[in-house]
Amino acid sequence: MNFSDLLEKAFNFQDYGLLLPLVTNSLIAGAALGIVGGLIGIFIMMRDMAFAVHGIAELSFAGAAFALLIGADVVTGSVFGSMIAALILGILGTRARDRNSITGVLMPFGLGLGILFLSLYEGRSANKFGLLTGQIVAVDDVQLNGMLLLSAVVVIALLLVWRPLTFASVDPVVANARGVRTSGLSIVFMMILALAVAVTIQVVGALLVLALLITPAAAAMRVTSNPVTTVVLSIVFAELAVVGGILLALAGSLPISPYVTTISFLIYVICRGIEAVRSPRRHQV
Amino acid sequence: MTQTPIVKFEDARLAFGSRVLWEQLDLSIAAGEFLAVLGPNGSGKTSFINTMLGTTALNHGRVSIAGEPVRRGSAAVGLIPQQRPFGDNVPLRARDLVALGVDGAKPGIRMARRAVRNKVDELLELVGASGYANRAVSDLSGGEQQRLRAAQALASDPRVLLCDEPLLSLDLNHQQAISEVIHRQAVERGSAVVFVTHEINPILPYVDRVLYLAEGRFHLGSVDEVMQSSVLTELYGAPVAVLRVNGRIVVVSGDGTRALPADGHDHIEDIELETGK
Repeated sequence: MNFSDLLEKAFNFQDYGLLLPLVTNSLIAGAALGIVGGLIGIFIMMRDMAFAVHGIAELSFAGAAFALLIGADVVTGSVFGSMIAALILGILGTRARDRNSITGVLMPFGLGLGILFLSLYEGRSANKFGLLTGQIVAVDDVQLNGMLLLSAVVVIALLLVWRPLTFASVDPVVANARGVRTSGLSIVFMMILALAVAVTIQVVGALLVLALLITPAAAAMRVTSNPVTTVVLSIVFAELAVVGGILLALAGSLPISPYVTTISFLIYVICRGIEAVRSPRRHQV
Repeated sequence: MTQTPIVKFEDARLAFGSRVLWEQLDLSIAAGEFLAVLGPNGSGKTSFINTMLGTTALNHGRVSIAGEPVRRGSAAVGLIPQQRPFGDNVPLRARDLVALGVDGAKPGIRMARRAVRNKVDELLELVGASGYANRAVSDLSGGEQQRLRAAQALASDPRVLLCDEPLLSLDLNHQQAISEVIHRQAVERGSAVVFVTHEINPILPYVDRVLYLAEGRFHLGSVDEVMQSSVLTELYGAPVAVLRVNGRIVVVSGDGTRALPADGHDHIEDIELETGK
């Protein structure tokens, strides 16, 4: 394949108008996911949990693969998988050090289980790969409703605990003294995170969840420290990545994930650039 | 008839397993009083504070604040913890951090933005941090961050201000500024102050009484009563010399090889032990 073939495969807007209606459901799901990723990413960053998210994603993948194998609903399967991982991390990994090692132990185990279930599965092979690297080419109405419901639960739950969770995340000692139930909140947050991961996997796959759950918030934090602006930018970046990614993917014959992750990455690079131009001092430490 | 004490310990005992940190502690701290708590690492200084925060329970006896049993999250108590740097991933400005001290324990998102904003401006002014109100927390120095923690602690105009090594690793300028803020709260607002430290000199002008914890025992009294060779020698059960040099107090062990209490850099051990409960 030469470069122009690749371009042809990646960007081809010929039948765009015809294809667009086919992905309406995916776009709606993607938009919901953008809000989820933009919001929860801020807390993942504050709590320094990027690695734990990856661990949860692998167990979520195992759950989804198991559901596929036994013919159950894949979203339900991944919710179960990530809930189990989140509970283990929430209960055992209260300190960052422990959490990292537990995540390191869980991750390959989850991935291994998932691969086992997938190799036993005899259905369409596209489904297999999709769980790892993303799939929503066609989201049906039932799936869409499930994803919207999960997204709504995540967003509402986050709003309900927003202020104390922020306090507990940035300054646990003082928050605890102020009467914030920091350990209870951390379990609650793990549950919310588990749901968010389970939804995200449906769109970008287990290996790429960080592109939507971390990168937008990380990018926003590079350019602002105003909490409200951070929220707005983080959501905008996540929407650009996921909705933009789906729209671009339509023009080619490649899966959507590379588009989503590339946009997300470029936004981050641009934000770092802006930060470096604005305050070169910060990087000298 | 004297005023009700702000903090009152009655026959209090705290032990972890078989290790007794202190027992038979009877202590009343009056409004406006500044109590310094000294002692080596692991002597239960941080735990002493935690019993007043309601995060550590006494094994025996009682502690009350303003006549009420200790309750976690009480507005009558403010905490200025040891300085720990905030990471890079904190999307907050100085004012947002102080705002968390005002209403951070309440659920949901902030609705009363204007009221909180006014309160935060007031608090920033009080600790001399107005100049960097809109700067990112992660860009501030340790001393600047510590002023914000002082502002957080003052948010509820607490009856007792608990300070856990708040000056550790700060430069002299910030040490003075923060001790002054704490002193002013005691004098002007009548708050009781409990100030845990391994280094009494920066706060020497403000201290009314000293509680010295060591080896499962304690000694309580004025600075001159407690900071004496004979008293500390008895507490430690080993020769200790207290020297006064240019208005500063220096405590050294009998052979003169180490200062007591050991300086607080391995204080972490203390914290882990005491929050491990």
